[in-house]
Amino acid sequence: MDDSITLKGIKQGLLVTVKPDGRWTELSSRLMTLIDSQSSFFRGAQVTLSLGERELRRHELANLQTALAKRDVTLLAVLSNSAMTQASTRKLGLETQLEALAHLEGKGLEPVQSLRPPPIDPEEHGTTGVLVKRTLRNGRTVHSHGHVVVVGDVNAGAMIVADGDIIVWGHLRGTVHAGANGDEGAVVCALHLAPTQLRIAGYITISPDERRRKPRPEMALVRNGRIEAESWEL
Amino acid sequence: MGARVITITSGKGGVGKTTATANLAVSLATLNKKVVCVDADIGLRNLDVVMGLENRIVYDLVDVVEGRCKLRQAMVKDKRVPDLYLLPAAQTRDKTAVSPQDMVALTDQLREDYDLILIDSPAGIEWGFRNALAPADEVIVITNPEVSAVRDADRIIGLIEAEERRIPVSLMINRVKPEMVRRGDMLSVNDVMEILSIRLLGVVPEDQEILISSNKGTPLTLEDHKTPAGEAFLNIARRVTGENVPLISLDQKGGVLRRLARMFGSSDST
Ligand SMILES: Nc1ncnc2c1ncn2[C@@H]1O[C@H](COP(=O)(O)OP(=O)(O)O)[C@@H](O)[C@H]1O
Ligand SMILES: [Mg+2]
Repeated sequence: MDDSITLKGIKQGLLVTVKPDGRWTELSSRLMTLIDSQSSFFRGAQVTLSLGERELRRHELANLQTALAKRDVTLLAVLSNSAMTQASTRKLGLETQLEALAHLEGKGLEPVQSLRPPPIDPEEHGTTGVLVKRTLRNGRTVHSHGHVVVVGDVNAGAMIVADGDIIVWGHLRGTVHAGANGDEGAVVCALHLAPTQLRIAGYITISPDERRRKPRPEMALVRNGRIEAESWEL
Repeated sequence: MGARVITITSGKGGVGKTTATANLAVSLATLNKKVVCVDADIGLRNLDVVMGLENRIVYDLVDVVEGRCKLRQAMVKDKRVPDLYLLPAAQTRDKTAVSPQDMVALTDQLREDYDLILIDSPAGIEWGFRNALAPADEVIVITNPEVSAVRDADRIIGLIEAEERRIPVSLMINRVKPEMVRRGDMLSVNDVMEILSIRLLGVVPEDQEILISSNKGTPLTLEDHKTPAGEAFLNIARRVTGENVPLISLDQKGGVLRRLARMFGSSDST
């Protein structure tokens, strides 16, 4: 059986996964054929596309969006770990993360499972991650399109920028930016959260000046339009 | 292979690299080691001044590298101790006159005949630092208990750790003022160690005698009377030779003077 296109019901509607290999023109027309063959099932559906590594330009994605719209199918989000595809997605004003669609929960088909990936599982929709097993000292930087996990401290003057989450199994003193591509669902966790500056998507905060507070594991996340820290339950 | 080459560096200037090089060199020589110190601070030489050997310089490191003299001719002997020599930096040239390869070749020539080669680095993380690091078997990073100095030490340690060959790094904290630490006005040894998390080689207290001795050109270890910093340098020298001289923590109770004696004094003090 051809498994280059698979369908799955999720909280936010329908998840369509298209294998990252094979020619796009051929696969997209195969998807349209599939939709046409079951048009009553698809009519009015809200679709999230999962493309893995596949690189798509803006016009390719725009063509697909138009073709779907003709069939009364709405494209909500495109999940990909290709920087190019992510950029194309954003240019079309579409979401690149499922979390961003939380407001749509319950509107789609029957919820099968939550697709919010555990922070560091690289298997979930192909997210890549970086594991740093040493202290990140002053002057060091780590950039990743996925999540970043540091086993060690992140010292002042070090910087981490990740499209995903940032987890520090140690003392976080440096500057970190999680959800750097705009994902407000990204989080920053540390055994001792005392960053010089902490950013999530477009939000910025600095550590409160509490000296000698007994350190405890904390998680920073965006809530009510600002970054908040809460106890990180391990 | 002969001598161990130990580079003394810091990132930030003025934290006590030259003072430490001079005092460790003299201490090691009094412990009967054959020692050479190399001033790698080309253009800003002052190890010779602190050691009191300035007026005996004829040739310098750049003269050796450029073939104007033999290595042996450029070495200045310190007559106050058995086996201590200084290879001075050039004053009139800049640091680009010497390359990392030159430094390796030069120390390789010295390894046969000595036990320890100490290299005093210039401030900064560029050319001069690279020159001083290239021949190093070990590095001693010096910092003061001060946020900006610790930052720079962290940067330097990161650069050394990023080297392909593994170079052991240890830390020396200089100019600690126990009263200020107790009042919470200065980072404690523990504060510094928590950030830098590398091996602690020793702690040297703030000591006015350092200034006096530098001006005289007599490293503290050569003075007749005991001084807190002089004793601390001697203890560090003994640790460098592999002797097990315990470190005493800052957190112990007791009067300042007694604590000073415990922290910095000879290993037998109680
Ligand atoms: N433990 C100390 N107590 C008091 N003064 C010190 C101490 N260590 C260094 N100094 C002073 O600090 C200044 C800078 O020291 P120096 O060894 O020249 O630093 P660097 O070589 O790192 O630039 C000198 O004036 C020196 O006398
Ligand atoms: Mg100096």
